[in-house]
Amino acid sequence: MHNFDFIKPASIADAVKALSSDGAQALSGGQTLLPTMKQRLAAPAVLVSLTGIAEMKGVCRGDGGLHVGAATTHAIVAKEAAAHYPALAALAGGIGDPAVRNRGTIGGSIANNDPAACYPAGVLGSGATVVTNKRKIAADDFFQGLFSTALEEGEIVTEVRFPIPEKAAYVKFQQPASRFALTGVFVAKSGSGVRVAVTGAGQGGVFRWTEAEAALARSFTPGAIGGLSVSPGDMISDLHGSAAYRANLVKVLTGRAVAAAG
Amino acid sequence: MTKVSMTVNGRTVSGEVEGRTLLSAFLREGLGLTGTHVGCDTSQCGACVVHVDGKAVKSCTVFALDVAEADVRTIEGMANPDGSLGPLQQAFQDHHGLQCGFCTPGMVMSAAALLADNPRPSEADVRHYLDGNICRCTGYHNIVKAVLAASGQDVSAVAAE
Amino acid sequence: MPKDHGIGASSKRREDIRFLTGRGVYTDDMNLHGQTFAVFVRSQVAHGRIGKIDTAAAAAMPGVLAVFTGEDFKDVGGNPAGWLINSRDGTPMREPKRPVLAHGKVRHVGDAYAAVVAETYAQAKDAAEQLAADSDIEELPAIIDMAAALANPSNRVHDEIPDNQCYDWGWIEDNRATVDAAIKAAPHVTTLELVNNRLVPNAMEPRASIGEYFPGTGDYKLTTTSQNPHLTRLLVAAFVLGIPENKLTVVAPDVGGGFGSKIYHYGEEAVVLAAAKKLARPVRWTAERSESFLSDAHGRDHVTKIELACEKDGTFIAFRTETMANVGAYLSNFATVTPTFLHGTLMAGPYKVPNVYVNVKTVFTNTAPVDAYRGAGRPEATYSLERVIDKMCRELGLDPFEVRRKNFITTDMYPYTTPVGLIYDTGNYHATLDKAMQIGDVAGFEARRAASAKRGKLRGMGLSTWIEACGIAPSHLVGVLGARVGLYDAATVRVNATGNISVMTGAHSHGQGHETVFAQIVADKLGVPEASVEIVHGDTSKIPFGMGSYGSRSLAVCGVAVTKAIDKIVAKGKKIAAHMLEAAEEDITFENGRFSVAGTDRAKTFAEIAFSAYVPHNYPLETLEPGLEETAFYDPANFTYPAGAYICEVEVDAETGKVDVVAFHCADDFGNIMNPMVVEGQVHGGVGQGIGQALCENTTYDQTGQLLTGSYMDYAMPRADDVPFYNVDYSCQTPCTHNPLGVKGCGEAGAIGSPPAVVNAVIDALHRGGHTHVKHIDMPVSPSRVWQAIHG
Repeated sequence: MHNFDFIKPASIADAVKALSSDGAQALSGGQTLLPTMKQRLAAPAVLVSLTGIAEMKGVCRGDGGLHVGAATTHAIVAKEAAAHYPALAALAGGIGDPAVRNRGTIGGSIANNDPAACYPAGVLGSGATVVTNKRKIAADDFFQGLFSTALEEGEIVTEVRFPIPEKAAYVKFQQPASRFALTGVFVAKSGSGVRVAVTGAGQGGVFRWTEAEAALARSFTPGAIGGLSVSPGDMISDLHGSAAYRANLVKVLTGRAVAAAG
Repeated sequence: MTKVSMTVNGRTVSGEVEGRTLLSAFLREGLGLTGTHVGCDTSQCGACVVHVDGKAVKSCTVFALDVAEADVRTIEGMANPDGSLGPLQQAFQDHHGLQCGFCTPGMVMSAAALLADNPRPSEADVRHYLDGNICRCTGYHNIVKAVLAASGQDVSAVAAE
Repeated sequence: MPKDHGIGASSKRREDIRFLTGRGVYTDDMNLHGQTFAVFVRSQVAHGRIGKIDTAAAAAMPGVLAVFTGEDFKDVGGNPAGWLINSRDGTPMREPKRPVLAHGKVRHVGDAYAAVVAETYAQAKDAAEQLAADSDIEELPAIIDMAAALANPSNRVHDEIPDNQCYDWGWIEDNRATVDAAIKAAPHVTTLELVNNRLVPNAMEPRASIGEYFPGTGDYKLTTTSQNPHLTRLLVAAFVLGIPENKLTVVAPDVGGGFGSKIYHYGEEAVVLAAAKKLARPVRWTAERSESFLSDAHGRDHVTKIELACEKDGTFIAFRTETMANVGAYLSNFATVTPTFLHGTLMAGPYKVPNVYVNVKTVFTNTAPVDAYRGAGRPEATYSLERVIDKMCRELGLDPFEVRRKNFITTDMYPYTTPVGLIYDTGNYHATLDKAMQIGDVAGFEARRAASAKRGKLRGMGLSTWIEACGIAPSHLVGVLGARVGLYDAATVRVNATGNISVMTGAHSHGQGHETVFAQIVADKLGVPEASVEIVHGDTSKIPFGMGSYGSRSLAVCGVAVTKAIDKIVAKGKKIAAHMLEAAEEDITFENGRFSVAGTDRAKTFAEIAFSAYVPHNYPLETLEPGLEETAFYDPANFTYPAGAYICEVEVDAETGKVDVVAFHCADDFGNIMNPMVVEGQVHGGVGQGIGQALCENTTYDQTGQLLTGSYMDYAMPRADDVPFYNVDYSCQTPCTHNPLGVKGCGEAGAIGSPPAVVNAVIDALHRGGHTHVKHIDMPVSPSRVWQAIHG
């Protein structure tokens, strides 16, 4: 990998300042960024580690929901969110492997917006709010396609605020090599309705399956989506699964997520 | 070059590193602790797993500077004080949980982290926890058996499963 | 009561101590004074003509010490093929030169055409990137698909080979017409077209090499990740660089797995040696995993049509196969023998089938070289046979267990000459099948199936029976068949003056446990403690000679060389004892570490004899040399033939296509067992890899020759939570009749027997679940393929 200057600020303000320099890039857990840099596909001049910022870490109950600091690792979310939001904790506990979960963070994951990552489904499916150093962004506005988000240059995710649904579950079907989601579906039912967010499958990255949401709002049972189908035309096709296969998985996993949510 | 210091296997160490120096490289090249292995470049194989502040991490996917002042433990720090095999290491030998030995350091470090978290794991717990450590020799059978045995569980029935 | 030491004991592995404490020394762990770093520049295109490579900018970069291109090696030799195969028409195979660095053309993505050596790895990497940018390579159309390669003579991997064919081999060609006639006249013929998927061996330690040159003496040293250091020395010396063999030491230290991929000599080894000479400094190279994917020899990659002709009751009449085997862009050292003599000769299986004919066309493509990978040809044969038998059973409504039983060679038929040229010395296939059915509780399957169904899963059971030929030999026979090397092995047993023992073996351990198991044999035979025996391997300067470890040969060939050397030690010890005890040599017996005069209590311990040999004060110097060291070379009289029966149970999730292996039972006959614990471990590992081949591993090139599965992000190997505990039994033992240990070899068994058992189980599950239209699914039987098959 190419060399760079390494900076590890202790506050959000210092991080934002450091990120304003030319060629600067934020580093969170690094579980995706480091392999990318090894391949020389990313070559930042300055790397700003966000792992030393205490105000960006931790899980706590806040106004109407659960607040997760952006630099909180998957392992911490898996543990500390379990009592408050079990579906989210289970999602975090199923990302990668234990060693990856001890470094990878929620902020890093959603800022990267890998189309096969788990967190985007959890954030979108929960209707969470992404808090940055500048503003609050609704999940529906945050994810903007493959590896693309509403984040502006130099803007960093500092926290994610999750409303806690009545029922929720995430079901992931692993890609056998990478262990990312070949397809993953997050289903959440709350007073305002049902949200179904799908990762791993859509050509445009994480998306909401609105037909299923409507059907499940009428009847929150696996059978409610029996008559629906997903168009393979919008699905990813690769050596691990055709578009038709992924379309099938979206439906199967949605049903299983509803069943698991109870 | 920047100076970095940390505690490795209970000893305070320091060295000059670049921004891009990985923890695995610092351990292997900087400190001569070559028990930590590098088996891939995509953070999948787990041969490089060490403990940082008590947590298993892939040392090939962490910059040395990002874990400055941390408490790091490697396979070289797993033996008993007299140099004999620690209980988990001994279970690996007793149950033939290694063949070529290349994945072994990472496997042992991951298993140690599991047992610290979950002292009496089920077979499924062990298999799930070792998901990020690839072994090409053993088919995992004896690794899982060794970890179960190290947790004090009776594995005498395993071979005749 | 199980033994606690010596032959047959599950002695704990002594090598584990260093591996478990981080003190193993693998090639990349070495840190040499003055070392430099090599990085290879690899082709980004599958097929291209090399134009100008402007090395100036790279050479001028910081820290760069040397730059090499194919031009620098164009006048040295090529890396040769180890086996000459003749085509059906008697013409010899086409054998293109395999240069140290690609010259003229690049022929696969990852083909190294230049190298940079620098003071640091990062500097070498930077300069290699520059050199790649300064290389003019004209991309040519890639030749990827084997059928298209054979059909399109205008597009050539090697310009001098018009149809991209290496050879068109028939076995046994003289039987072809008879087999054709038998199939034509048969009451039933089952045909199956299948793919034996291309695999990347993926030893967890990437390849690495360090070259050293000592100007004071002109000696070279190569430290390298090899299963076979003597072969590497021979090839580098005699074929590639012309370094005199006695000026080159090859050391293979701790090696992190091989599975075949480290048998061969690779160009990187020659480059680090040449660079070390040029710079008079150590030059080291370690593959990144992505380089390993592109440049290690791959395995399998056969496309086969097999026909099984039989009576309506399932009695076999004939097997006939037509196979295209991919050798990739160049001939790796054993690429030509793997699809032929390691494949075609096994195509009778454990069955008394009278007619077998095998045709193999071997094809050059713009892909990485393909060579032997765990099992090497025998898994391909077993898979073809066991899948087509399973299909035939379904077509005729026959019981797959009974069909095997009906067709097995019986114990009264040994030695049994197969129609494909092998002579099986011994075996008992009915016994291993019965054992597998017992430990697999075949009778209880229906209850398990019903329980799975309650959980919404389709359960199936698959059987495969397998046989392999290990310990390839004898040399005079393989020489007739085209081998360019001998296939003996060697060992030296050195009894030191103080009575402890050093044993130098030609076999190399890269996970097999030789340091423990060979010591058990020596200790047992000499009546000394295991701890007093040290096994030395992997260093050509210490070992008489050797052919390395692969093909499940270590014990059956080198292990026997060890025992032959021990026999010589004992014979000499008797002479010494006779002198010391003032008795006739023929009256001396050796037992439990003591040389005794028969019928008396007069005796000398082994240690006393050893001491006397080195301090020969009371010694028959006029008729016997001092010292106690013996070397033996052993060239086996025949192959060994381990065999067994495997039963796999799977659960299939029909909605997602996911297959879970829920039970795996192995009943193997390995002959005599030296260390049961190690044998079980070998079977576990082989089965793990076989399940990987069956369910998830696949090597995919796109039509431009880019490797789509070039990292662990896309190449799926089993993880701990993908496999169950395996049930391994080796109690059926018919000892090999032609080696004194009675051993057969166990290293490849699991990888040979398991893939068809898994696939047969999946097809069985689908049929039991009502999806009877599914006749076959090619490996890897991935979730998407299963789902696709269910849904047409």
